Parts: sequence; C-alpha cells; structure tokens
Amino acid sequence: MEKIVTDICIIGAGPVGLFAVFEAGLLKMRCHLVDALPQIGGQLSEIYPQKPIYDIPGYPEVKAQDLVDRLMEQIAPFHPTFTLGERVDSVEKQTDGSFIVTTNEKTEITCQVIVIAGGLGCFEPRKPEIEHLEEFEGKGVVYMVKNPELFRDRRIVLAGGGDSALDWTLFLSNVAKEVTLVHRGETFRGAPDSAEKVFELAHQGKINLLLKSNVVAINGNGHLNTVSISGKDNAITTLTADHLIPLFGLTPKLGPIADWGLTIDKSAISVNTEDYSTNVERIYAIGDINTYPGKLKLILCGFHEAALMAQSAFKYVYPNQKLSFKYTTVNGVNAF
Amino acid sequence: MIQFTIEDRNGERQSIEAPDDMNLSLMEVLKASEYDILATCGGMALCATCHVQVLQGNDLLPQPSDMELDMLDTLPNATNHSRLACQLRISEAMQGSIFQIAGELQ
Ligand SMILES: Cc1cc2nc3c(=O)[nH]c(=O)nc-3n(C[C@H](O)[C@H](O)[C@H](O)COP(=O)(O)OP(=O)(O)OC[C@H]3O[C@@H](n4cnc5c(N)ncnc54)[C@H](O)[C@@H]3O)c2cc1C
Ligand code: FES
Repeated sequence: MEKIVTDICIIGAGPVGLFAVFEAGLLKMRCHLVDALPQIGGQLSEIYPQKPIYDIPGYPEVKAQDLVDRLMEQIAPFHPTFTLGERVDSVEKQTDGSFIVTTNEKTEITCQVIVIAGGLGCFEPRKPEIEHLEEFEGKGVVYMVKNPELFRDRRIVLAGGGDSALDWTLFLSNVAKEVTLVHRGETFRGAPDSAEKVFELAHQGKINLLLKSNVVAINGNGHLNTVSISGKDNAITTLTADHLIPLFGLTPKLGPIADWGLTIDKSAISVNTEDYSTNVERIYAIGDINTYPGKLKLILCGFHEAALMAQSAFKYVYPNQKLSFKYTTVNGVNAF
Repeated sequence: MIQFTIEDRNGERQSIEAPDDMNLSLMEVLKASEYDILATCGGMALCATCHVQVLQGNDLLPQPSDMELDMLDTLPNATNHSRLACQLRISEAMQGSIFQIAGELQ
C-alpha cells in the first residue's frame, strides 16, 4: 500500500489534468495525478492519438499524441508524480480539511485539494449482456490479460473480433490448454496478418474458432465452469471453460465519482464558473467532467478552467499567504 | 424530404422527416431531434455510442465501410443489422426505414 502526500491530487491525466499541473506549479503547488488508464493523455491517447486537432491556440495543427507529449514537456519543471493504471474509488475528508484519496489498489494520497479532471469518466471494459456475468468477475471472467501465466494449461474462451481478441488468441494458443475464439462476424478486419494466423491455427485444429456465434450464458459453482455459445441456426454449444475473456474494447463510465456527494447533472459535475469549484469545499472539477450553462467540451475550455481553479485552490494550500497574479513573461517558469 | 421511423429505448416509435440535400448524418438528425445518444466522438466512427439497429430497410442501405465495421466489432451487442448512425447519410435509401436506438448511455 503506497502512501503519497501532495498539495493537489488530480484525478485524470487527460490534457486538462496535465495542464492543471502547470497552472498549479506556477503558484508553487505540487500535484500528484491518478489515472485508471495505464498511460497518460486521456481521450487523446486512448481514442484518437493519430488524429489532428486544429483548435489549440498557437498550433494550426497538432496530432493528439503530440499535444500530450508537449504538455508533458511543459509540466516537467514542476515534477508531477503519477499513479497510473489505478482508479480512484473513494475520497475521505479529514478533520483538518485535507483529504485522503484511495485507489482500487489501496494507494493513498493525502492532499489539501482535489481536482477532478476525469473527462468522460473511467475507461472500463465493454461488457456483453450475459446473465450472472458480474458474479463470475474475478472468478473466471476477466476483461484484460495482465499476466498470461495465469492461463497456463487452462481452458479459455475469448470473445470479440478486434485486434486484442486476435492478438490474445494467438498468444494464449501457446500457453493455454484449450483456446476458443467466439466472434459474431464471419471475417476479421484489423491486422490481416493476425487474422490469417488465427484462421491457420483453427485450420490446424490448435484453436476452436466459432464464427457467427455469441456467448449467451455462463455457469459454474463459485468459479466459471461452462460457457454456452449460440452459433449458426441458433444452435447452442456448451463448452467446459476455466476462463471467459470478453474483449470488446473500452468505454468511459462515470464510475465511483458519482458516489462522492457532488452535485451531478446528466453524468457531469455541476460547478461554480467563478473558480470551477464543486458543492464540496476544496474539490474542483475541470474539463469534460464538469457542467455549467454554456459548457463546451473542448480542450481549450478545460485549460481556461484549470487556470481559474489554481488561483482559487491556492488559499487552501497556502492559507497564510496572499496571492498576487503575475504573468509568466515577467517571472518566467520557476520550477520547484 | 426523407421519412423514416425511430424507435427509442422505451420502444416508442416516432416518424421523422429529414432533408437529404444537406449531407446530414442520421446521428446529427437524432441529436437535433433530442434523442438521448452520446455520440462522444462527434461522428468519427470512434466511439460507437451512436449504434442503431436497422429494424426495417437494412438491405437498401449502403454497405458499411471497414472503419464502421471495425468499430461495430467492438460492440458486444452488435448484430448483422447494426449500424453507426454517424456513418449513415440521410438519403433516398432510408425512405421508410425503421431504426432502433441501441448505443450506450454512460
Ligand atoms: C474523436 C474525438 C475528437 C476530438 N477532437 C477534439 C478537438 O479537435 N478539439 C478539442 O478541443 N477537443 C476535441 N475532443 C474532445 C477532447 O478530447 C476532450 O475535450 C478532452 O479530452 C477533455 O480532456 P479531459 O482532460 O477533461 O478528459 P479526458 O481526456 O477524458 O481524460 C480524463 C481521464 O480521467 C481518467 N479518470 C476518470 N475517472 C477516474 C477515476 N475515478 N480514477 C482514475 N482516473 C479516472 C480517465 O481514465 C481519463 O484518462 C475530441 C474528442 C474525441 C473523442
Ligand atoms: S458518434 Fe462516435 S461512432 Fe458515431
């Protein structure tokens, strides 16, 4: 269990969370960022890394991933720290006004101010509609292959038709005892080379390939035991399986943020546009996650919100100091 | 004007008229008609939150592009009648079709 102490805990390492480090850094406030994804960059890195963006001032055109890289360069002098691949689950206020922010991996961050820059929420695996699916999560059903060794000599059913379904089918065919890939379509797009290899393995009888098929039911006693698949002509086949791995990509969900006592309006946090504070003192919400009359979900708007947030958060981090506004052109960027 | 029917998440159907000379997508028409769809990516076939099932008229619609099919492949509940509303331009081919809204809502 890791314990971190910082001035501001920023939830979400998308472009807005990253830029908030810069604005806070100018005022000598230290930041720790937490993101559920294993990489920084939020939607830009997860959804559209290679797409050009045209509405960032000073950049007639910039690729999403390049913008993230430049933001990292811009905030480097302030030495932000990161916890990646962990989701913030709970927020607890201490008697002295500070917070303890806890992740799903039990990392604890003690901070004076929380800035929620959670965008559209946590990217979570898309789940198929199968009865009892949640009961078997962690008991045979997993949505991500973190350690392939866990599947050694096991019977695995993978579901999905994208690149990760193909890649893991190929990889696990060398590790698992039995691999079945279930795909609703008849062909695979994605990397033609991987698709070809999957068809070849199926041809050699090294994997089971069930096309035009869907997983319709799972069963077991305490742990997954069987997976039922509906195939052509709706015939049902039931396979013995130790693991089901549905691989249907990620989708953002508001997740635990909804339970922190904040005023939420249609999956977004209501804020005061003077400083982007929420209804809970010392908690701010900036970027795509907030809402107010006239809100635009643009990176540019999130950057503006970060600047105003930092000016307001200063009073909690330095209660005995008066803040006087200075341009960076006058003072430069003074790192810690 | 092209006329087609939308079935919302509650199963209620409503007839809609949309112009076919403005290069509008079905997603844009759904948003303009205040249907609850996220369309997170703004119509770039990157989010699949504008997923619709074509209940009637599927055969007449233009074939989906590879990009659209790639995205549909990431949906656990997609069927052979699934389309991304943002990739469907309002056209004569839609006359009389029935679309059911199927995208995720959070
Ligand atoms: C295809 C596409 C094209 C776009 N093009 C443009 C454009 O050209 N110009 C423009 O200005 N905008 C564009 N946008 C919108 C832009 O991407 C968003 O406005 C921007 O990403 C918002 O940044 P953010 O930092 O608020 O949130 P995000 O980028 O969504 O980042 C939020 C991060 O918070 C994390 N998170 C959430 N909850 C938790 C939690 N509980 N614990 C840990 N981590 C959490 C998430 O994992 C995520 O990484 C586009 C969006 C899309 C999808
Ligand atoms: S709006 Fe995102 S895929 Fe259609």
